[in-house]
Amino acid sequence: MEQAKIKELKNIAAHIKLGALEAVHSAMSGHPGGSLSIADILAYLYFAEMNVDPQNPDWEDRDRFVLSKGHTAPGLYAVLAEKGYFPKEDLKTFRQIDSYLQGHPDMKSVPGVDMTTGSLGLGISAACGMALAAKIKNKDYRVYAILGDGELAEGQVWESAMFAAHYKLDNLCAFIDFNGLQIDGKITEVMNSTPIDEKYKAFNWNVIVIDGHDLNQIETAVNNAKVTKGKPTMIVCKTVKGNGVSFMENQVHWHGTAPNKEQYEQAVAEITASIGG
Amino acid sequence: MADKIATREAYGNALAEFGDIYDIVVLDADLAEATKTLIFKKKFPHRFFDCGIAEGNMVTVAAGLAASGLIPFASSFAMFAAGRAFEQIRNAIGYPHLNVKIGATHAGISVGEDGATHQCNEDLATMRVIPGMTIINPADAVEARAAVEAAIKYKGPVYLRFGRLAVPVLFDKETYKMELGKGIVMADGKDAAIFATGIMVNIALEARELLKNDGIDAAVINIHTIKPIDKNLIVRYAKSTGAIVTAEEHNIVNGFGSAVCEVVAENCPVPVMRVGINDSFGRSGKVPPLLEMYGLTPTNITANVKKAINLKR
Repeated sequence: MEQAKIKELKNIAAHIKLGALEAVHSAMSGHPGGSLSIADILAYLYFAEMNVDPQNPDWEDRDRFVLSKGHTAPGLYAVLAEKGYFPKEDLKTFRQIDSYLQGHPDMKSVPGVDMTTGSLGLGISAACGMALAAKIKNKDYRVYAILGDGELAEGQVWESAMFAAHYKLDNLCAFIDFNGLQIDGKITEVMNSTPIDEKYKAFNWNVIVIDGHDLNQIETAVNNAKVTKGKPTMIVCKTVKGNGVSFMENQVHWHGTAPNKEQYEQAVAEITASIGG
Repeated sequence: MADKIATREAYGNALAEFGDIYDIVVLDADLAEATKTLIFKKKFPHRFFDCGIAEGNMVTVAAGLAASGLIPFASSFAMFAAGRAFEQIRNAIGYPHLNVKIGATHAGISVGEDGATHQCNEDLATMRVIPGMTIINPADAVEARAAVEAAIKYKGPVYLRFGRLAVPVLFDKETYKMELGKGIVMADGKDAAIFATGIMVNIALEARELLKNDGIDAAVINIHTIKPIDKNLIVRYAKSTGAIVTAEEHNIVNGFGSAVCEVVAENCPVPVMRVGINDSFGRSGKVPPLLEMYGLTPTNITANVKKAINLKR
């Protein structure tokens, strides 16, 4: 990827982070850590990869995106606002009683949300259904999904892993936000889902392990998924929870805590400083 | 008595029949031979997908298919659809109001020998509490076929409840018309009204004949759509007869009888007696003695009709 493109996508990722933090801070509720860790992946998908039209969010032939780790809705809403699905100012209304921006993604109320998620383990199954639908209808759209590493403890994730491989859903490309932290602590201490890559290999997926903040690696992995036939692809992304905000990085506390005014201002200052340079 | 056909058989046949006309796809969880979706699979192998023994994934895959414009039927036993996959149905189908049809067979105690783990007497309860869910519990093969077509034509989530047991055919295929949410008066009556659903409709008709011997004229009303329930018809008969009995092959807690009670209590309070599984689990056995043991019989209905009449003011 050209340096200018990388810089452009990194700037978009920074704006996604700012949008997500604004939403969580305005609501004084929500999940900042895992929204920041997937900002680079979201920036790549929505601004360099997916064939979507914000003016026509239900376009039948669009690529689909399912946020299986639905609690990081602030990240998803921020990229959708950045892409033009709805006004950025609306991010301030996140989780408010008169807002359409529900606490977890709601496909009925939010333009651009392809699947209602929030109950962990369900999104990836629905993504399988969308990928299967493309096969049935001979459509060439692709389906993307992001799972959390803590989410892997849900048994249904492995039901869907079997299903996607069995039906050779090579139009499905999933990511795991492998930041190593879940609500109760480190995933290796709460419920160890590692080795993630070997599990998915054993389930007959095409598996790629990358640095989830390296846009070149994201691009290479997504392109690899597109040329891989007969298997779904799992891109295991090593990420930093709270990425881009010094006091949030790798801190489990920031899984589901909103920053107060000082913390928010510091976070905005740090991310803003990273833009453009 | 006319031919006996299980509603699950009618379900499988209807899927195969309507597969020619409508854009349906069928999912099953390793029970195609039992749920009778195998009939569809044989005719449309490329629109049938076995999901293996993984019901939670199956119904959520169905949600993804529906979100992509298809009309999926997800099939399993009622126990594993409305039971195991309840939360998936609630969050991935009910909440986004997706166009998924749950084809649940082997509902109720008439599963027989398999016993309590497979006899689902709770599915009306779990499905009824999901906002926007339509529930159809057909009484015979003709109604089951019509239920499948009605579910296809209706855009939104539908739970279809079918049985394993071969039951008498009550309706004429040529003349039967299903209207979702509208009950069918099988026989009019002035002393009491028996509201029945599923296989209990025929048993209620037998009870009506027995009651004639005691000079009691009971109406029998078939409620195939448990939700949305036919309030007007229930209120009308509550007013005209003043005594109601409900009959269902389901726990009387949170089931069909409860739904009727809600309507009656809020609109026209009259005595209601509920016939059904009396808040207990089933057990293994042949079906006729099981129905006897659990009171799903004409005589138990007649006894309850008399109780309801005695409770009239």
